[in-house]
Amino acid sequence: MKASQRSGQSRRRKEKSIRILFFAVASASILTLSLIIIFLFMEGVPIFEKVSLKEFILGKYWYPTYDPPEFGIFPLIVASLAVTAVASLISIPLGVMTAAYLAEIASSRLREIVKPIVELLAALPSVVIGFFGMVVVAPFLQNTFNLATGLNLFNAALMLAFMSVPTICSISEDAIFSVPKELKEASLALGATHWETIWRVIVPASISGISTAVILGMSRAMGETMVVLMVAGGAGMIPTSLFDPVRPLPASIAAEMAEAPFRGDHYSALFATGIVLFAFTLLFNLVADHVSNKYRQVGAATL
Amino acid sequence: MDADKGRAKKMVVKNLSFFYGGSKALTDVSLDFYANQVTALIGPSGCGKSTLLRCLNRMNDLIPYSRSEGQVLLDGESIYDPKVDVVSLRRRVGMVFQKPNPFPKTIFENVAYGLRVNGVKDRSTIEQKVEDTLKNAALWEEVKERLYDSALGLSGGQQQRLCIARALAVEPEVVLMDEPASALDPIATQKIEELIHHLKKCYTIIIVTHNMQQAARVSDVTAFFYLGKLIEAGVTDTIFTRPKLKQTEEYITGRFG
Repeated sequence: MKASQRSGQSRRRKEKSIRILFFAVASASILTLSLIIIFLFMEGVPIFEKVSLKEFILGKYWYPTYDPPEFGIFPLIVASLAVTAVASLISIPLGVMTAAYLAEIASSRLREIVKPIVELLAALPSVVIGFFGMVVVAPFLQNTFNLATGLNLFNAALMLAFMSVPTICSISEDAIFSVPKELKEASLALGATHWETIWRVIVPASISGISTAVILGMSRAMGETMVVLMVAGGAGMIPTSLFDPVRPLPASIAAEMAEAPFRGDHYSALFATGIVLFAFTLLFNLVADHVSNKYRQVGAATL
Repeated sequence: MDADKGRAKKMVVKNLSFFYGGSKALTDVSLDFYANQVTALIGPSGCGKSTLLRCLNRMNDLIPYSRSEGQVLLDGESIYDPKVDVVSLRRRVGMVFQKPNPFPKTIFENVAYGLRVNGVKDRSTIEQKVEDTLKNAALWEEVKERLYDSALGLSGGQQQRLCIARALAVEPEVVLMDEPASALDPIATQKIEELIHHLKKCYTIIIVTHNMQQAARVSDVTAFFYLGKLIEAGVTDTIFTRPKLKQTEEYITGRFG
């Protein structure tokens, strides 16, 4: 009796200490994240003593090293959005259709081979993709379209599309694959063809997962730094054509941070640029979260 | 089967065997299904009754590494003939599943789905057909106020009747039902059974059931399966009161299975 009481006590103590340990680990990562965000704001906000938020966001000129400097990141925002949008136009159809093929059409053996390969694409370091864009795609674009430079919006979008296809494909594939087979059978039993079943039943039933995949893919493209730094061309102006060189937000931060005097205006402006970028990716993630909750996967009926 | 004399054979199964990979699920089954009759397939789990049902609209085609031997005829024509278009076969032989599986769409769209994939575009035709079918499935009164709500908001029994309506909307000739009431409560089950009784005027119905009383109540003909073989088939009254084989009697009276 006594022995079992003692072992009960020690078991409870052990449970308690494990709980505290896990709580500490979980809080550590949350705490670090919060500290980074606080730091971001502390370093970035001082620029708004020099320029107003409106001037900063809507200002058309980004000349941080001129005298007097101009801190308008509108061209950078447009560049980021344009690059992300064009990349999405390429990566969404590619990713979702690949996912539908793998989940619905490919034989299970082919699926087991191809899916890990697609996921492996995500493991390609972005600098490698950037390098590929620089030495292969850029000269090709330059010669084919007779451009001044092959390092431009289109090149960056193409490379970013490559980067987001694995994300979009992999998450969409999971969503499509998890549509209950009862729904698929119901559709086929009504005399729908395989294609009609995919298009009218399976895709709508997995739309929440697909949307999440798309938004996460876009968020990845938006925040990606190395690729746009290497292949976007770096011109801080509002693009007027698909083949104009651009300077997206992360590229600007990465390129200039080393030269900006510590705690100077330029330094603050770059941190403020980081805040704007953070706001965009946060927005994407919130939308993804909202969408995946709102159109939650609906399985076979429950009773 | 004296009671069935003179009735047309809607579907005929001849020496059908079915294999999942290396294992044999059906052995040499021969059975006739008569027009405008309800045929119940009974037997313990794994006896092959669901497999047989899914052979009748070639739903088993979806299972990799499966194959069949023997013949299944619909109005005298083989449905496993290479020339047969499986999509049009399934439009003639509809199916209702064990678990209610409405699409995550509105009630209206669930019923309209079969019409749409069959190429019906005219809005008023679809509306009329949806209303007629829901009335036919005894669901209209319960859902007419909320046709455009999600079908997933319906109760289990209503969902199953919606699934029946969905299958009826494309005007099949044969309706296959795979334990349609096994997931429902007694009242919902009763409604489904009344519906089956009412539907046999227009359709040939083949129903798999675990519930002996249900088979006795709804069917005209009963076929008893065991270990992939057809043991005995005949008029339901006869099977339940004077089965020829001891095995059938033992199963029906609950002594094994």
